[in-house]
Amino acid sequence: MSAESSETTSTAPAGIEGALRGVRVIEWGNLVSAPFCGKVLGELGADVIKIEHPVSGDEGRYLGPFPDNVPHPEKSGLFLFANLNKRGITLDVGTDSGRRILERMLETADVLLENQPLSQIEGTGFTYESLKHRYPQLVVTSISPYGRTGPYRAYQGTDLTANAMSGLSFGTGHPHREPLTTPVHQASYLAGVGAAFATVIALLGRDMTGRGQSVDVAEAQVIGTLLTGYHLPTYIYRGVAGFRSGNRMRLGLFPNCVLPCRDGYICIDAPQMAQYQRFLDLLGEQEWMENPRYRDRRAMSDQYPEEAESLIAPWFMERTKQEILEACLANRIPCVPVYTFEETLRDPQLNARDYFQEVSSGQAGTFQVPGPPYRLAKTAARLVRAAPSLGQHNQEVFGQELGLDSETMDRLRTDRII
Amino acid sequence: MTAAITDNAHLPLSRYRVVDFGTAWAGPMAAQLLADLGAQVIKVESRARLDGLRLGRPIVGDDIAGGDRGLWPELQPVFHGINRNKLSVTLNLKTQEGLDLVRELLARSDVALNNYSPGVLDRLGLGYEEVRKLRPDIILVSMPALGETGPLRDVLAYAPIIQALSGLMSVVGYSGDEPLVGELQAPWSDVVAAIHAALATVAALYHRNRTGEGQFIEVAQLEATTSMLGEAFLETQMTGMSPEPRGNYNAGGAPHNNYPCAEPDRWVAIAVTGEQEWQSFCGALGNPPWAAEEKFGTLAERLGNLAELDAHVGRWTQECTSLEITELLQGKGIAAMPVMNIEDQFLDPHLQERQAYLEVEHPHVGIEWLYGMPWLLGDTPGNIRTPAPLLGEHNALVFRELLGLSAEDVERLQESEVIY
Repeated sequence: MSAESSETTSTAPAGIEGALRGVRVIEWGNLVSAPFCGKVLGELGADVIKIEHPVSGDEGRYLGPFPDNVPHPEKSGLFLFANLNKRGITLDVGTDSGRRILERMLETADVLLENQPLSQIEGTGFTYESLKHRYPQLVVTSISPYGRTGPYRAYQGTDLTANAMSGLSFGTGHPHREPLTTPVHQASYLAGVGAAFATVIALLGRDMTGRGQSVDVAEAQVIGTLLTGYHLPTYIYRGVAGFRSGNRMRLGLFPNCVLPCRDGYICIDAPQMAQYQRFLDLLGEQEWMENPRYRDRRAMSDQYPEEAESLIAPWFMERTKQEILEACLANRIPCVPVYTFEETLRDPQLNARDYFQEVSSGQAGTFQVPGPPYRLAKTAARLVRAAPSLGQHNQEVFGQELGLDSETMDRLRTDRII
Repeated sequence: MTAAITDNAHLPLSRYRVVDFGTAWAGPMAAQLLADLGAQVIKVESRARLDGLRLGRPIVGDDIAGGDRGLWPELQPVFHGINRNKLSVTLNLKTQEGLDLVRELLARSDVALNNYSPGVLDRLGLGYEEVRKLRPDIILVSMPALGETGPLRDVLAYAPIIQALSGLMSVVGYSGDEPLVGELQAPWSDVVAAIHAALATVAALYHRNRTGEGQFIEVAQLEATTSMLGEAFLETQMTGMSPEPRGNYNAGGAPHNNYPCAEPDRWVAIAVTGEQEWQSFCGALGNPPWAAEEKFGTLAERLGNLAELDAHVGRWTQECTSLEITELLQGKGIAAMPVMNIEDQFLDPHLQERQAYLEVEHPHVGIEWLYGMPWLLGDTPGNIRTPAPLLGEHNALVFRELLGLSAEDVERLQESEVIY
């Protein structure tokens, strides 16, 4: 491996190959959704080749976070994470030569994965409709904020506006403040994993029919169905549901909320009566516990949650996260600290399972990243490569695999096509 | 067996049978994602221990205190969404004969999914090493909350608990001194785990199609949620600071927020990125004098004077409806969208055209609307073919037609509360 990246340590036994071995994915992705989809397919064993613009590269290179907050296109934490497990090439698909090179690459590809603006896809001719006759085996996976069909197909969108459409922002935040989008680009990451699932389904379908197909994933729709779609029957029978209610889950059973403790916050969610009773036992006998007003856990959650929370809040305020975790664990009460990311990195549970893995990313340094969350006994998902530096695998892909001679490559380089 | 589910032969997973031992949300939703795309999913449940979601708040008919107790397990809309397209059999796994019948079922299945607590599957004698003797190429998927191993494996964990341990909850909130929000009004970790488990399952099927080899898969729900948060863990390590709540702040653009509109509690999301878009945005507002002030001249300056910028934009948005602003800004190429609630989503022409919400006829509810397809496969879109099954609705079909039991056997097993 070159100086820009190195093999990472792997928990998989030597010789094990991924479940998607032999699948080749061409990723024309930017920022989060398609890059993370490529990362996921790569850790499951696919050969993922990422295309970046030769001059600007993936916009994620400029977003950070950066070591010591100093921006550098080879040191963006977002880019380095979302682009693990793939090779990287540069190609200006907007030029005739660039387009032809991508067309040649698709001849040996199983999947074209993209989240480009619709105008870019239609302008360069890489829509599924125009590719399907020439590449009948190809699966074309598109990820976008709102989807590639429907009246808003050409609308501009970002993670913020996709969250707005998804229904999740509507319910997140304090009632007296503006709705909150989901943090850490989570809508885009979720769409990326969903797109990976739908892509493998299309590959299984191809096993039956011999033909690829289009996969159209909308960030707003993944969340609007699987996350917030459960409000629909409630809406139809009882009216709009899912309102913002700050630190508590609505329409549950008390207690189901986030509360401050001595050194941060805790989260308690104890729907079963036995769990709640064990919690009351832990608090010790108190007068209010006998009051029927505080035995109706549904009313406590729906009608006077602040009052109910004020009764249990002092117990938490007198204790630290660690003390609360130990007491609740011992008494089988579903209540845990709200960990900061730094605390999660040190979490004994995740570390006992060797969950975080070390990755050396050349110029940026060596870091712990969350590993693949699926442990497949025979085809372990693995971190096999650090994210590529801009154009790191041009020689390997264009020269050795596509067979371009050095003269042609020099010309393409001069013309800023690769 | 094909009689129960029609019109699925063209779907990519129609060749596969899945046994769904899931309860509540994460496990059953993983199986639902497979069922939507054609898999024959058999939900194994029991009156001896009902799936908790069957016991949620009823929507149709009287409340729990009312007279509908007999139908109570059939009237839960959340259950209906997550369990559509499935068959239901009732088997009491506390009986030896019940376990024997499960083994018969597993011997005829491609995949088995569960989200039991750690150790339960082994105690039932249904661990991978046992099950592979019945069906060598089976794919057995376990979705424990925190993992089958580790010091906290026995923590009782629902979605918010997992979100708290993952770090995600620590950044759901406003910047500044507001108390932490933390909660998302949706079971985030369950859905994240469901999609990851479904992905691992189909990847393993892909591998099996090529090698004939099945395997055991563990997807810990905490690890699934944590796996999408890499950039926050890198920020912690790169800057020495654990990220804090930032509201709707985005370092890459301003304005970038949900702004109030003319109607009460209506908001519009606006995301302006790049200098050209800022100019277009100012034009859409009619180039008001404040927009030309030096303190908003560059992105760095707009980010530095964000509260003032947001106040200006908010005064403008409050004059109009969220739809008017969306149409105006989208017409200028600027990302904008109403902050939708479930009513807006359901009535939205875009989501309607994309089959985000679909109807199905349920025997006790009549026509009911459920969330539809999360993603669209062009040639083989998934669908809702059958409503969520009634408890044990397919006992006869599965035990007689698939396992070959006689009518007398089934009756006897029902009487002895094995099929129960």
